[in-house]
Amino acid sequence: MNSFRLLARKPWTWSFVAAFATWIVTILFTGGASTASLSQATLTFAAFSVIVGLGQMLVITLGPGNVDLSVPATITLSGTVALKLMDGQDNMILLGLAASIAIGLVIGVLNYALIKFLRIPPIIATLSMSFLVQSSAIWYNRGLRVKPPEALATFSTSSTLGVPNTAIIALLLSLAVWWLLDRSMFGRWISAIGQNAFAARMAGIAVDGCRLATYVICAVLASLCGYLLASFSGGAALNMGAEYLLMSIAVVVIGGSAVAGGNSNVPGIWGASLFMFLVVSMLNTYGFGAGVRLIMTGLIIICVIVAASRPAGSTR
Amino acid sequence: MRKTLSGLLPILIPAVSLAVLLAAVFYMQPRAMSYNGLNLLFNLAVPIALATIAQMIIMAVNDLDLSMGTFVSFAACVTAVYMPQQPLVAILILAGAVGIYALLGVIITLRDLPSIVVTLGMSFVWGGLAVLILPAPGGQAPVWLRALMVSKPTLVPMAIVASVVIAVIAHLLIMRSTFGVLLRGVGGNSRSVGRAGWSVLALKGAAYATAAVFAVLAGMALVGLTTSADANIALRYTLLSIAGVILGGGEFVGGRVSPIGAVIGALTLTLAGSFLSFLRISPDWQIGAQGGILIIVLALRLGINRGSRQEKTS
Amino acid sequence: MTDVSATGPVVSIRQVRVEFGAVKALDGVDFEIRPGEAVGLVGHNGAGKSTIVNVINGGLSPHKGEILYEGEPGGGITTARAHGVRCVFQELSLCPNLTVVENTRLMHAGLKGLGWRKRAHSLIRARMDEIFPGHGVDCLATVGSLSIAERQMVEIAINFVNVTEDPKLVILDEPTSSLDAGLAEQLMAYVRRFVRAGGSVLLISHILGEILSTSSRIVVMKDGRVVASRAAGEFSVKSLVEAMGSVVKETARNAAASGTSGEKVIDVAAAKGSSTPFYARKGEIIGLAGLGGHGQTTMLLDLFAESSSKWFPSAQKPMAFVAGDRALNGTFPLWSILRNLSIGNLPSMSKLAAVDTSREATHGEDWKSRMGIRTPDMTNPILSLSGGNQQKVLFARALAGSAAIVLMDDPMRGVDIGTKQEVYATLRREAQSGRTFIWYSTEMDEMRLCDRVYVFRDGAIVAELEGDAVTEDNILAASFSGEAA
Repeated sequence: MNSFRLLARKPWTWSFVAAFATWIVTILFTGGASTASLSQATLTFAAFSVIVGLGQMLVITLGPGNVDLSVPATITLSGTVALKLMDGQDNMILLGLAASIAIGLVIGVLNYALIKFLRIPPIIATLSMSFLVQSSAIWYNRGLRVKPPEALATFSTSSTLGVPNTAIIALLLSLAVWWLLDRSMFGRWISAIGQNAFAARMAGIAVDGCRLATYVICAVLASLCGYLLASFSGGAALNMGAEYLLMSIAVVVIGGSAVAGGNSNVPGIWGASLFMFLVVSMLNTYGFGAGVRLIMTGLIIICVIVAASRPAGSTR
Repeated sequence: MRKTLSGLLPILIPAVSLAVLLAAVFYMQPRAMSYNGLNLLFNLAVPIALATIAQMIIMAVNDLDLSMGTFVSFAACVTAVYMPQQPLVAILILAGAVGIYALLGVIITLRDLPSIVVTLGMSFVWGGLAVLILPAPGGQAPVWLRALMVSKPTLVPMAIVASVVIAVIAHLLIMRSTFGVLLRGVGGNSRSVGRAGWSVLALKGAAYATAAVFAVLAGMALVGLTTSADANIALRYTLLSIAGVILGGGEFVGGRVSPIGAVIGALTLTLAGSFLSFLRISPDWQIGAQGGILIIVLALRLGINRGSRQEKTS
Repeated sequence: MTDVSATGPVVSIRQVRVEFGAVKALDGVDFEIRPGEAVGLVGHNGAGKSTIVNVINGGLSPHKGEILYEGEPGGGITTARAHGVRCVFQELSLCPNLTVVENTRLMHAGLKGLGWRKRAHSLIRARMDEIFPGHGVDCLATVGSLSIAERQMVEIAINFVNVTEDPKLVILDEPTSSLDAGLAEQLMAYVRRFVRAGGSVLLISHILGEILSTSSRIVVMKDGRVVASRAAGEFSVKSLVEAMGSVVKETARNAAASGTSGEKVIDVAAAKGSSTPFYARKGEIIGLAGLGGHGQTTMLLDLFAESSSKWFPSAQKPMAFVAGDRALNGTFPLWSILRNLSIGNLPSMSKLAAVDTSREATHGEDWKSRMGIRTPDMTNPILSLSGGNQQKVLFARALAGSAAIVLMDDPMRGVDIGTKQEVYATLRREAQSGRTFIWYSTEMDEMRLCDRVYVFRDGAIVAELEGDAVTEDNILAASFSGEAA
């Protein structure tokens, strides 16, 4: 009973409750016929949202105004470059991965360089960067659609012990980020910066170093997602990252992390990612079109943020 | 003397950059230096200018509207679908949308919500509504709207006339009227506005509603130009509008905005598109070049601000 | 005198109580102001001056008691303004992005209709000319482009402007804090004229000369109560200070003599506009004195910025900082007491970059008992603590590390006397074991605990006092000289 109450107080519990309810409702509608395939698909697709969501969450932890809008372009560029580089050859898989990660590193550093040295607000800095990155992807891609190496394609579309491989990777990355956020000094530092950047500076925290590292981690996670997504869907497409712009922010908000920064959690990213995919499949099952799905998504985000808010002036 | 100069500086920079860009375009394409040429160059500037003014009003109260693009698309869809045959329905829907914006402003203030996330959620909602209203590209422009947008006044092309009118109206509303003073006051120091006995809540609601009116006009103007609409017609406007305000000397916080600058910023952005195509820049790099221009302008402004600050302290 | 007392009071408050948590900010206060009165309000920090101002201007509704505006009960900002109550706040409350004229419009709902700009301009300019002749302020300039003094002048003038109704009571909270002596005298002269014409003024100032020369009556507050209310003529500077309760006792200085021999740990050449270099020796307690906001905090921030990297984390920090404005640069509001304490020294209780929570907890219990932090559980939220105990956490954060130099930015603000005594003892002990403290404080008593004191004025060091030369008189003389001329 006590542990139940403890659970109810966790900010991420509700995203899992909502995901589970949606799962039940969807299964009931199909008479249980699609239980296995629905669960498989949910885990697979949620995995991509989880990977980008983790990075976005770390950036949002840094406090008001911090957000990375270059995520979709990074996904696209990383997927494009990696696939073209690997050119369908199995022995190039690791090199492709390395290229992907390098792209993330460079974009993360450039993002923070714009924010820090040109004093551009993160929203505009990462957005401008995303244009340059997107253009690079278009220029590099030249409309070609290169197939991923056979081994990689098989790996990303198959399962181990009934769990999709992409979900396993997302889980491993989540554990790493959880350790970073909840156990390491770095997590304490970025949480401190998010709550009160001035106080963090005066407590001797290397504020700029931490911010840089966070933007880099976010970009690297996005490029990893691009690498996996391109391999999973049999090739890179120029719009492959588009839906992850809003999705990455939505899963952070719905997962119960504080939008104002300083207080984030990893499990919520999972609950929210599962929920977001299940909502779409539920509405699909009930035969609703894209319009209703979009409206529902938007309303859910707004309801969650209103429910998590407090009246103005109640703090401090 | 110094004071008047520093007051003009925010407008001077965007004006000069527009002039330089225009000169470059004329240099590369002398035929553009004509009535029709100008009309073509600035054709799409009117809806962008209106959307920029809308974004500027939101930014004047220290918020940001990430749903501007989807909302303008939504307004365009409503206009194209209902305005020609059932104008009353169209007006009711658009008025309702303005009401929702006012409500958003109130909720954001009341619950101290981050405007970015709320408008992000709303961008899904407007996008969904647009798809429901107009599932496939189509619709048509009302005759009067089309006639207005393609009319050819003597001497100066319609796009320029309209831009000037928008700039003047927005300037009167935001810079000269009491309402504008209060809005910018909320952005500058909302606490003192509250202490002086005004309702910050009502002002935020009014700011959002006014912004929605300009955004609706942007959607209508867009339909008037393109004669049809689709649910994704104006997605770029979210970014263009923010960039236009910034190019025009506005700032993200502190209620420092300039309507004339914002319109010039919107014109500059429109022109930048034409300029890039004249430069024969590969279409691959068109988007990237916009990002690059934005970064360069912001960097220039940082340099100029630093320079003027040093002058002030010494 | 007789005809003035015949009219009813502009504002009267009766038996007003205001409590912030456990702190009684106002404890049953009776207070009134009549037309033609200039009331001086004095009291020590935390006596309840700001609270009473906020009650009168309607910004704060009391938990008990009533407020009467011209005999009518009421409350709220709008009611207060309707009865001609105006308030010039201590901190700047203009909109920096608007022009002077636009700020005038914002403050006066009555400036309606077409042509308000012209009317506002002539009104504000006339008032500025009247209060500060020869001011040279351009009323069409944005406030952000004005100097601090000009902003304060504008704010004062705006509140004396009459549009639809005359200002009946103007509250001036430290109105001369940024004005030089000449401008301050112009203002005080105007206040006297305003009062002679039947207006009322409530004047708060730490410059007792202003209060004595301008007020007709002086109200002294202490610990949320009015302890004296008499005609100004019955007070002198000495009797005022006595009434405020800070007994001018010459306590024996207990500064250790060891300070002068240690090696110099900080040595800064004299800054621009100053002839005194700044240095600190090992084991010294250095005081930074002078009026608030004259460059002391800036100096501490600069010292800190030089000592620590913004890019690379380091385990060895040469300096630690203790905040005075806790919400601004001290506490992390979402965290527990323990995390707020440990954030300064994570590397010392971490293994392989991960925080060892058991070592962290031990560390917390250790410092809880060493500083006497009053909480049943260190995992309670930091905001559950009283201000004084939060301050102890910040002290513990700074002292727990290896930093040889501790910078303190007026850290005793709003701290109860018991806590202060405990902290003073700790400081003395730590200094004897070789730590250096650089201590900015607005309280004279604390300066007397220091080995050496630098006095700041207008952003620069103007005097260095050592040993027995650290006296209230010397510090005051250094803080004010020049401005009095």
